[in-house]
Amino acid sequence: MRRVSKSEHARVSLTLNGRKASGQAEPRMLLSDFLRHVLGATGTHVGCEHGVCGCCTVLIDGTAVRSCLTLAIQAEGREVTTVEALAGPDGKLSPLQQAFQNNHALQCGFCTPGILMSFTDFLARHPHPSEAEIVDVLSGHLCRCTGYAGIVSAVLEATSRQAKSS
Amino acid sequence: MKPRPFDYMCPETVDEALALLAEHGEDARILAGGQTLIAMLNLRVVEAPVLIDITRIRELDAIRELDGTVEVGATVTQNRLLQLPSLAEKLPLLHAVLPFVGHFQTRNKGTVCGSIAHADPASEIPLALALLGGQVTLRSQKGARILSASEFQQGMLLTARAPDELITAVRFPIVNVRVAFREVARRHGDFAIVAIAAAAENRENIRIGIAGMADRPAVRSFQVDGAASLQHAIERLAWELEGYDDIHASARMRRDLLRRLGPIVVEEARQQCAA
Repeated sequence: MRRVSKSEHARVSLTLNGRKASGQAEPRMLLSDFLRHVLGATGTHVGCEHGVCGCCTVLIDGTAVRSCLTLAIQAEGREVTTVEALAGPDGKLSPLQQAFQNNHALQCGFCTPGILMSFTDFLARHPHPSEAEIVDVLSGHLCRCTGYAGIVSAVLEATSRQAKSS
Repeated sequence: MKPRPFDYMCPETVDEALALLAEHGEDARILAGGQTLIAMLNLRVVEAPVLIDITRIRELDAIRELDGTVEVGATVTQNRLLQLPSLAEKLPLLHAVLPFVGHFQTRNKGTVCGSIAHADPASEIPLALALLGGQVTLRSQKGARILSASEFQQGMLLTARAPDELITAVRFPIVNVRVAFREVARRHGDFAIVAIAAAAENRENIRIGIAGMADRPAVRSFQVDGAASLQHAIERLAWELEGYDDIHASARMRRDLLRRLGPIVVEEARQQCAA
């Protein structure tokens, strides 16, 4: 059984975007802060820090979750995927990211990484969602530029492209 | 904000978890999905000197059928129960309420038992457990006990769980009823202002469950003998439960929501029964 006292720093090892990564964390360190401050993966944004805004959404073992409502130490041994993994090594945008660009689905872009990660999980499970289902998933995110219509269009475009290519 | 410092323990068996609870008792908080607990720790509205993370206890991760119930283990997430292929057939009420619990992203981590443990009076899963007459199974080093939903939930955020006890599972009875559910919330995914569920055995015998009107879900059974008697019964219930004032709504608005929504939900359940 793992026990870490409050004043201790523990080594947390995980797989980040396909590569082994590790660093030191106190028990109270949130996964969002561990990713940004310890591992330097600043693509994940932190908005409200109590699970409401959705900016910090990442995938843990393929499932979209709030990294601000997860302790870094809970990610021990897990596969964490962040927005940095979506584009190809040559910088080519993923179909979902390209659809966001085509549809002007971001203005300031602060909320975008979380939204991309939510739909990366959701579309993997539901490749052909209805507009209502897309809106339902999007309700787990806040966009203070209020560009929701563009985001819905982008996800619809991404799913219709997937339909064409499959 | 960030949580205050705490000691972290990650048991791998229920016995290890029970030993930790026996040792730390009131100082300890159980961490499962963390979708409420970590938010409250971040906001520093909850103190937890010790966190016991149960998410790696494999024996708590099961959904199984047992004695005419579906038993859901303590670490089963809300989305995992929602994805159970037979859910609509066996637990149609859970199939109806789970999409209203938080958001897709929080249901991926939030647990069914965690909602029960938190005991928010406006929360959907405790409402479903109360309406179906479900049970909560608890264990400590002293032994196991099984409480009915009404014995377990004792008030606002208040349950019968002793400090050294672990909720190991909840049991939802598989009953042959037609159900309906509606709620009013400021935004989809927020806690409901008022949530109403109905279960109809047939067109006459109805159970109604209401969350958001009192310090815990209220369940009543009554006989429906025409629209006027239904409206009358709901009217009496609205005055009996009173409702309460908070930042989201006044007691009067809550009574009004029950008066208007109650008959609709009951009718939706009744309409599904053969005449």
